[in-house]
Amino acid sequence: MEFSYDIAGGDFSRAGAASSEVKKILKQLNVELAVIKRVVVALYEAEVNVVAHAADGVMQVTLDSASIEVVIRDRGPGIPDIALAMQEGYSTASPRVREMGFGAGMGLPNIKRNCDSLDIESTVGVGTTVRMVTFFNR
Amino acid sequence: MQVKDILETLEIAPRPGDDAERELAREVTGGYASDLLSDVMGHAREGQVWITLQTHKNVVAIASLKELAAVVLVKNREPDEDTAAAARAEGIPVLTTPLDAFEAGGRLYRLLRGA
Repeated sequence: MEFSYDIAGGDFSRAGAASSEVKKILKQLNVELAVIKRVVVALYEAEVNVVAHAADGVMQVTLDSASIEVVIRDRGPGIPDIALAMQEGYSTASPRVREMGFGAGMGLPNIKRNCDSLDIESTVGVGTTVRMVTFFNR
Repeated sequence: MQVKDILETLEIAPRPGDDAERELAREVTGGYASDLLSDVMGHAREGQVWITLQTHKNVVAIASLKELAAVVLVKNREPDEDTAAAARAEGIPVLTTPLDAFEAGGRLYRLLRGA
């Protein structure tokens, strides 16, 4: 099963809408609640990253009986140093975004903790692709 | 304990609304106080009351995704207009207390844990 959602960069009023749609579907499919809770945290953080940093993006969800794979691809500034970006507390968010309580450098660490495999590819000036997989019945 | 049972202790005047009764019946299991959204996303748990000074719409998105019992805005802060609309749509009570976060958290803790 595959689903796809567009994410608009800069539009914080819609941030979380795609994650919310995926959550509804996972609930309808009776995916274990513990898995849904982890997936939702990772999805939301990845979605907010697109909103906060990129021009736009797409969230693609692929579900089978054993796992959920989510690929979030954006057109944006890219990440020059992924290892640095993964560090808790590191952020390049704007002052406006920080005032809202985002940009505390906790997003990527939250994603890492809440999926079973995480792969980030980025090209500066082009965009970033985040791929995360979470297995059921762990 | 339900959301309606924390109102008096936190000096919250409930906002009238169509679904107020159902919203205020949401079960409260604990509390979480933070103004960093990723902190709440990563660490708050279902059924907790979220104490914060953030009033924008993303607060509702997080409360809904995490299935929090309610959001309590401190120091008489009112939700932004689109926040209040989203809260009604999601059925999440967004409440206002005159207390600050320390006082609100302290009272809620005592109420829930009986300490």
